[in-house]
Amino acid sequence: MGLSGDSTGTGVLKCCDGILQIEKDSEEDRVIALAGNPNVGKSTVFNQLTGLNQHTGNWPGKTVANAQGKYYYGGKNYILVDIPGTYSLMANSEEEEIARDFICFGEPDATVVVADATCLERNLNLVLQTMEISKNVVLCVNLLDEAKRKKIRIRLDVVSEKLGIPVVGTSARSGKGLNSLMEAVSALTSQKSEPHPLVITYGEEIEKAVSILEPAVQKALQGKLNSRWVALKLLDGDSGILNALKKHLQYDILANREITECLEKAWESLDESGIPREMFRDKIVTKIVQTCEEIGRSAVVYERQEYAARDRKIDKILTSKLTGIPIMLLLLCGIFWLTITGANYPSELIANGLFWVEDRLSQIFTAANAPLWVKGLLIDGCYRTLAWVVSVMLPPMAIFFPLFTLLEDLGYLPRVAFNLDNFFRKACAHGKQSLSMCMGFGCNACGVIGCRIIDSPRERLIAILTNNFVPCNGRFPTLIAVITMFFAGGAAGTFQSLVSTLMLTMVIVLGVVMTLLISKLLSKTILKGLPSSFHLELPPYRKPQIGKVIVRSIFDRTLFVLRRAAAVAAPAGLVIWLMANLKAGDSSILALCADFLDPFARLIGLDGYILMAFILGFPANEIVVPIIIMSYMATGALTDYESLAQLHTLLIDHGWTWLTAVCVMLFSLMHWPCGTTCLTIKKETQSMKWTLLAFALPTVTGLVVCFCVANTARFFGLA
Amino acid sequence: MENKEISLDRLPIGTRASVTSIRSNGALRRRMLDLGVISGTEIEPLYTSPSGNPVAYLIRGAVIALRSDVSSKIMVSA
Repeated sequence: MGLSGDSTGTGVLKCCDGILQIEKDSEEDRVIALAGNPNVGKSTVFNQLTGLNQHTGNWPGKTVANAQGKYYYGGKNYILVDIPGTYSLMANSEEEEIARDFICFGEPDATVVVADATCLERNLNLVLQTMEISKNVVLCVNLLDEAKRKKIRIRLDVVSEKLGIPVVGTSARSGKGLNSLMEAVSALTSQKSEPHPLVITYGEEIEKAVSILEPAVQKALQGKLNSRWVALKLLDGDSGILNALKKHLQYDILANREITECLEKAWESLDESGIPREMFRDKIVTKIVQTCEEIGRSAVVYERQEYAARDRKIDKILTSKLTGIPIMLLLLCGIFWLTITGANYPSELIANGLFWVEDRLSQIFTAANAPLWVKGLLIDGCYRTLAWVVSVMLPPMAIFFPLFTLLEDLGYLPRVAFNLDNFFRKACAHGKQSLSMCMGFGCNACGVIGCRIIDSPRERLIAILTNNFVPCNGRFPTLIAVITMFFAGGAAGTFQSLVSTLMLTMVIVLGVVMTLLISKLLSKTILKGLPSSFHLELPPYRKPQIGKVIVRSIFDRTLFVLRRAAAVAAPAGLVIWLMANLKAGDSSILALCADFLDPFARLIGLDGYILMAFILGFPANEIVVPIIIMSYMATGALTDYESLAQLHTLLIDHGWTWLTAVCVMLFSLMHWPCGTTCLTIKKETQSMKWTLLAFALPTVTGLVVCFCVANTARFFGLA
Repeated sequence: MENKEISLDRLPIGTRASVTSIRSNGALRRRMLDLGVISGTEIEPLYTSPSGNPVAYLIRGAVIALRSDVSSKIMVSA
């Protein structure tokens, strides 16, 4: 299987949702597109205006699909559409295509372009390109607070005058300037005054060609789009715009004889004046960039030459040969250490609390003379599993998510990508894969969606297929629990958490190494190809808003994940209880299933119950350990399980050795993706084949690794 | 080294140079144009990653990391 369009799914990797359906409540509602370069605080503006919670973070590419929200201002509803951050609208990538298509065909009443005040000149490129498509553009110069800190002063009046559009300065994080922004949008969309945006003229030769072509285009499009812009795109030979016209207006522009004739003539004219077709885009871009430079020169004042000195110093430490990777590992260790130590105490507290409630509930059921099976089903089944999931999951998540979000907000993730890029290059993978991998630590489904930032189809598939090799938050508690019980048990106090931290870090590093190995393997076999060129922006560091980060990560992420886990845990508990209590012949169904799986599970160092727990954990990995405990308890006599130490005894009683623990950790790291992730992969690749491969790849790897480890250890008589 | 044309990957860290040409016509050229890299644009290599590749460059006020396969196609003169 080579790298044909078919095998990589090039055709179907295109975003499946196309243009967003906008639902207006009334004809008076205004649709506003929110555009901007990546990482300029676009999502923050969106969230502040709409009160929604699009996830934000300090790295380019957070928003990969359109999102919409509403705000009310001056008696009207505004529907705000957050489109992906792009540097340009030349449609070199999927995000750019989505962004361009919405501005072109989504018929927004106005487009707000959010720009970064700390590097306005570069952002103007997108502003000018947007103005070529649409007249109704508002420039929102965001991050004014950052610019002020860096002693960069921006003369907004000059920018506005030069561009001929309304310009508003904001510091969206603190909400400053947003009222003016809404006012500007309101004024523009109520058409109090006809806007006269700057029209860039591209020099005599190009203007002549445009004048040959534009009338024909204008006639054909009947004012549906800006004909000058379409003419420029046609001259550029941009096939994307042709397809977009076909898709959104059901119009094949090149079927129009008049247009094709004029286009030929215009090209001839360009050729004669010494601009061959391949030079056309250069000329256009050069002119736009020069215009940006010119505006930048007259409107931006750098009051301190070395405005970014601090960032450079930090970067040199965080990315140097000597300290870059050690610091990265230390930070990782630090986060794990805080998570493990911090989670211990609240975990026990919650467990005690929830099991106290269980006792009271039991008493109530007994007092009410409820049948035994009802009590068993609801309390021993549903409630107990739920309680386990909550007490094991909640504390580590409530610590890990905010810490991770802080690093993300600070702008550290792109530095990780920078440090690790060499490994990814050697694995023939895309440099941004390390970003989607980092997202996988939070949730593999999010990581898979995050792979959209990779614009080469081959490398995106590699990133999607290997995302599951880093453990998500659902698997961390499993790893932490097993490590604490089996490997840090001998050590006491602080030392114990240190040992646990080191173990966990080793597991994570193993996950990263496996990601790289499998990426390389894919690159050399079914997804052959060379790494495509790419660039990675290292954005300025930003001071994270600690309070907001904590609130947001707890509410957005922790509770979300917890709710999902709980929704799965309760029914799973029910099933387990039923399986443990329904008899088929002499033994329970649970025992029968476990016995059936047992010989196979033993081969890979597990036992039947563990393997079944992994299988039942398919809807959500979080419930694997609770299921193991439930099934052991259902078959054993032990019912007291209030601490990890007692749990340890329970596991030992059921034949666990250090080898079982190692294999559980390895298999937890490398087995099938959870149900949600599988569905996401299916959606992202639009292919059953790739989804199956994404399922099989980590599973087979895990089986092979566990088999080797288990049997090597047994062969040498170690366990 | 005055006015001598070299490829960007060979430019020493901390040396500022201006772009003379991009030796590619494909996607790479378009991407560089998006970043505002045209002839005459000033570029300065800031620091290398732990392994030496990629290198972070200062381009129009933004810090952009490029792998050597890209930077070797951008010609600059110091």
